[in-house]
Amino acid sequence: MTDSHTLVAEHVRLGYGDRTVVDGLDLAVPPGRITTIVGANACGKSTLLRALSRLLAPSSGQVVLDGKAVHTQPTKAVARTMGLLPQSPIAPEGIAVADLVARGRSPHQRMLARWAVADERAVEEALELTGTTDLVDRAVDELSGGQRQRVWIAMALAQQTDILLLDEPTTYLDICHQIEVLDLLTDLNRSRGTTIVMVLHDLNLAARYADHLVAMCGGRLLASGTPEEVLTADAVEQVFGLRSQVVSDPVSGKPMVLPIGRHHAVSPATPA
Amino acid sequence: MSASPTTRPAPSALRLGRRRRAASRRRAAAVLGLLVLALFAVSLMVGQTFYGPGEVWRVILGQEVPGASFTVGTLRLPRAVLGLVAGAALGMAGVTFQTMLRNPLASPDIIGISAGASAAAVVGIVVLRVDEALVSGLAIVAALATALVIYLLAYRDGVLGTRLILIGIGIAAMLDSVVAYVIVRAAAWDLQVAMRWLTGSLNGATWGVVLPLVLAAVVLMPALLGQARQLELLQHGDDTASALGVRVERTRLTVIVAAVALIAFATAAAGPIAFVAFLAGPIAARIVGAGGSLMVPAALTGSLLVLAADLAGQHLFGTRYPVGVITGVLGAPYLVYLLIRTNRAGGSL
Ligand SMILES: Nc1ncnc2c1ncn2[C@@H]1O[C@H](COP(=O)(O)OP(=O)(O)OP(=O)(O)O)[C@@H](O)[C@H]1O
Ligand SMILES: [Mg+2]
Repeated sequence: MTDSHTLVAEHVRLGYGDRTVVDGLDLAVPPGRITTIVGANACGKSTLLRALSRLLAPSSGQVVLDGKAVHTQPTKAVARTMGLLPQSPIAPEGIAVADLVARGRSPHQRMLARWAVADERAVEEALELTGTTDLVDRAVDELSGGQRQRVWIAMALAQQTDILLLDEPTTYLDICHQIEVLDLLTDLNRSRGTTIVMVLHDLNLAARYADHLVAMCGGRLLASGTPEEVLTADAVEQVFGLRSQVVSDPVSGKPMVLPIGRHHAVSPATPA
Repeated sequence: MSASPTTRPAPSALRLGRRRRAASRRRAAAVLGLLVLALFAVSLMVGQTFYGPGEVWRVILGQEVPGASFTVGTLRLPRAVLGLVAGAALGMAGVTFQTMLRNPLASPDIIGISAGASAAAVVGIVVLRVDEALVSGLAIVAALATALVIYLLAYRDGVLGTRLILIGIGIAAMLDSVVAYVIVRAAAWDLQVAMRWLTGSLNGATWGVVLPLVLAAVVLMPALLGQARQLELLQHGDDTASALGVRVERTRLTVIVAAVALIAFATAAAGPIAFVAFLAGPIAARIVGAGGSLMVPAALTGSLLVLAADLAGQHLFGTRYPVGVITGVLGAPYLVYLLIRTNRAGGSL
């Protein structure tokens, strides 16, 4: 199976120019599991994913894929093992959905090589899984935000990698499509053992769909472990500066965060 | 699933759509190619004396044809080849920059790279009095240096965008004034030659001028085409491109050096032919549509623009205008349109 791939960040320091964003972070991605990363805006989640996917070189420490520093490995080989859906990908003007999703096959193609049956299958399957088959001939820039997001996910799926990094894959999606995408990723994880790392902003969905939950705060790893271990009212307060109550989700049995604002609390709430 | 290999499933909608779009892109490129060929032939035939296709063909084959051998072989052929290759070089380099920086304004003639080549060439010829071969060398060094300066000034945490374009426009203005200054200061300077360096012209076409450009194109164009796929992926942003297996920095460097060198050779031979690099890509995109590499269509469009503009400049009006005057008249309104459009959208450049 595919859960033999290991991905580890070893004490990485990441930044842009002179500015350090993430400092001394250690993270071992559990193989064959779903890891979700939560944290406040600008705490460095996307930066961490960029480093994992080897776009950003750490100024100290290293990211290790299958026992070797990811930056020393050939780019194309890495791209056959690990895919990334960035937070805000860009579509060239006028490109058709089919052509965009087909670009997910790039790391599997050689120069001038012909488009193979396997490529075709991968693209068709990705379109089907994301419910975008009907959109194939449409231009990407004419789609709604949610349709476009599903097309991007299809492109990442077409890459057929054993590790998949997704930066806020549910943005723009309505609640039904959010659940659909997360279910789809879970299917992928269960049926193929795909290792999934994703950033999510919805704490409750993050807790429900995670095997492993990572909470980041100010460029550091605040806590990591099972959702039950990580998602406590204390942690929520530390990460987001928000008082809350954590209860058990009646549907999944996972922890569920009920934020306490300044209004609308029935009785003076006492956080657990 | 025991279907025999002879009864393959009907092609899916996905496959059909992709094939249809690819075929229509190829068709459009082929039409462009035919148009270029036709214009090239016309450039060889018309002039003060008309020579038919048969005579022109015999000259090209190297046979001696009274009159035509000199007029076509020595005067028109180098000029037409210069137009063809310089146009292709400008078009391909232009669309490369526009694609890489995801902005139609980011073409080398807008952001000062052509101006760098042209300033170096003028200084080389007028002030240093070096010969033709060295002029190309100077132009390349200067174009690369200009690109480097713009890059360093615009580079901020790896983000290239509007800053680069604005800085480039400023540098272009500075270098253009260097060209103007040198030309004005030069004593016995005839207008034709001056026009070549101010707007670009094919009047200086001799084999000595054309050959270095042709050789450069033979080396550099395949180098650029080899990066076409990576460049397409770079359009999705560095994150996506890298995740799809593109060596982002390396691709960018290769592409910049090859495109800048193409611009430099073309400029050294024909001057900074106004707006061809800027116009070829967007026109090609209109003609062939999205979804594939625009390098070849833009190169063809570049040739088409230069050959057509030169024909028009030579024969359509009472006076003869250098090619750059005609392309300049065509390009300026588009530049204004782009600026107005971005301004309306309230966006940045
Ligand atoms: N390309 C960049 N250049 C310079 N600074 C950047 C760049 N990208 C991000 N940053 C900075 O790094 C910090 C962390 O950004 P990052 O995108 O990792 O945050 P994030 O946790 O993903 O936030 P969000 O939830 O808003 O997506 C921010 O302060 C941001 O301004
Ligand atoms: Mg982010």
